This record gives sequence, C-alpha cells and structure tokens, in this order.
Amino acid sequence: MREMISMVVVLTVLTAVSGGLLAAVKSGTQDKIEAQIFKFALAPAMNQIFGEVENDPGKEKFEIEHDGAKYQFYPAKLADGSKAVAFETKGKGGYGGDVGLMVGINIGNDQIVAARVTTHSETPGLGARAKDDPEFVNQFTDKPLDTNLSLKNENGSIDAISGATITSKAVTLAAIQAQDLYKKLKPEILKNIQ
Amino acid sequence: MAQSLAKEFTKGLWAEIPPFRLVLGLCPVLAVTKTVENGIGMGVATTFVLVFANLLISLLRNVIPSKVRIACYIVIIATFVTIVELVMQAYTYELFLKLGIFIPLIVVNCIVLGRAEAFASKNGPALSVADGLGIGIGFTLSLAALGAVREILGAGTITIWGGNPVFEMGPAFHPFAFMVEAPGAFVALGLMLAIMNLIGSK
Repeated sequence: MREMISMVVVLTVLTAVSGGLLAAVKSGTQDKIEAQIFKFALAPAMNQIFGEVENDPGKEKFEIEHDGAKYQFYPAKLADGSKAVAFETKGKGGYGGDVGLMVGINIGNDQIVAARVTTHSETPGLGARAKDDPEFVNQFTDKPLDTNLSLKNENGSIDAISGATITSKAVTLAAIQAQDLYKKLKPEILKNIQ
Repeated sequence: MAQSLAKEFTKGLWAEIPPFRLVLGLCPVLAVTKTVENGIGMGVATTFVLVFANLLISLLRNVIPSKVRIACYIVIIATFVTIVELVMQAYTYELFLKLGIFIPLIVVNCIVLGRAEAFASKNGPALSVADGLGIGIGFTLSLAALGAVREILGAGTITIWGGNPVFEMGPAFHPFAFMVEAPGAFVALGLMLAIMNLIGSK
C-alpha cells in the first residue's frame, strides 16, 4: 500500500511540475516564435514578391475567416502606386508534407504580382529548388486570375521542375487555392484595405 | 573522482560512441544527416536533453519507485525535448524547420532512455552529467561526420549556417544526388561502421 501511494504521488508531482515548466517556457517563447515565422518565412517572401513597398505590410495585416480556416492578409502599396495584397496558402501533397506558398495579387488589375514558397520540407537539391531557385515560381508572375495554373501535363500552363514533379504539383495546388480564395474574398479584402 | 569523471566522459567519444559502437539511435542518424549543419543541430539538441535528463534522473533516483521508473524517465525526457523544441523554434527557426519531426522524436531515441536506465539511475549526479555530455558529444561528432560524407558526395559542398560554402569539390566533381536521399544514408552509415570496425579490430 505504501509503495502504491508513493508511485502515485511521485508520478503526479513529476507530471505537474513538468506541465507547469512547459507552460512557462511556452508562454515565454510564444511571441518570439511568431516573430521568427514572420521574419524567416513570410517577410522575405513578401519582400521578393513586392520589392520596395511604401508601407509596412507586417503592421497592417488583417485576418479573414473562410471555411473554418483563418487567413492573414498583408496589404502593400507598390512603388508604382497600385495596391496589392499578399497571403499564404498551403499546397497539399508535397513530398514532405504541405508546401506553403505566399501569393501577391495586384488589386487594381487582379493579376498575380509574384509568388514565393515559404515553408516546406521537401528534399534538398530536388523539391527544395521550388524555394531556392525562383525560376519555377516566376512562372506565376503577371498571370491573370483566370489562368489555369496547373502543370502542363494536366493541360495547365506551368512547367514542372524536372525531378520534382510532386513538389511542383503541390505548389500549383497552393497557387490555384490562392486564386479561388482571392476571387471569393475580394469584397472583404477591399473592405479591410479602406 | 576526477579520474572516473574523465573516464565516463571519454568513453562516449570513442569506446561507446553511440551510432557506431553501440549502433543505437539510428533513426535520427539516418534521417537528419543530409548535411553537416543538420547533424550538428540534432546532436546539440540531443546532448542538451541527455545532460539534463541524466542530471535530473540521477538526483531523483532514490525517490522514483522502481515500478514506475520508465514512466518517470519518459516524463522527464519529454519535458526537456519539448523545451528544446520551443527554444529552437524561437531562436534557431531555420534549423528547426530542417530537423522538423526529428526533434520531438528525441523522446523515443533509445540513447537517451538507455543512458537514463543503464547509467543515471545507478550513479551520482556528477558522473551522470559527465556520461551524458560524453555520449552527447560523441553522438554529435558521429552525426557531423556522417553529414560531411553525405553532403560532400551528394552536393559537392559543405555549407554551415548560410553564407558561402566552407568547402567545395570544384566544378569537375559531379555530385551523386542519391547520397542525400535515404539509400545514401544506409550506404554511408554501413561504410563508416565498416571503417570503425576495421580500426577497432587492430
């Protein structure tokens, strides 16, 4: 009986202390982690998409809920005076899970300004080229919203990365999702920008 | 005392170097050694967990009832692994992205639980820390060495923490892309085990 009690007490105390410690570490690192994701994945992607902007998209971001998921939108004032918005979608079915794609869309003419891969776990040297080598995602640049952004072997308009068809497909899925999302949410986006 | 401390520390570096001598913890060894950088990152994370888990388990070894000891060890190990995961996410985000799922999987790394059960639960805190540190550094060195072999053969360069490559094979060298894939991990590990055994058998 004494052994029984000591087992229960020791395990309970241990897990309670552990839980408290983790909660403290978690709340201590939370802001830092969010800042890291923005700094290392989203901000560089946005910088490459828009180039020089006249505002701070990170500070002016707003959130729209759609189909149960929350999407962050980053408004940008481009150097030529036109307005654009950037947001991230996840392409399913990459080689190592979802592939995040940041897409910038010009609100004036509804064209894609540019797109960049943000987060992924694809194979270095093969699928990871989708992020490292912008030649592939540059194919999305200046495409109007009604363009079919599937791969060419699926009657689309995008050339796959050689040796990384699965990754390429995941990226095109993210781009198509971004097109759909923008079409559906444009009225709400416009409301938030004014 | 100082002598036995040194002995426990150095055994992890050669005589009991985890992946090559004990052939333990092969899952991260095969999975994250695509590059030197990943290998070192994984090794340092594992070392942190090993040292602190060993220290705590050794301090609590007389309090923990033997029937629930494994459950207690796992709680302690999992706590430190989660701390490592959060800290890496907050401060070394790029490395965290590359190591991905293998950071939480340190919990089930048999080296960590093995040291807790075989060493820390029977020895004092100072010896246990020395043991954890030695095994951890040995593990880090092994991962870095394997990472170097695979990165040089598979990509032709070694790049650590961004910037320019610290080592390049030159344009005449054609990398074998398969070395950074899973089969390359098995081939490289097998060759290194063979070399270690060759040296050890003399």
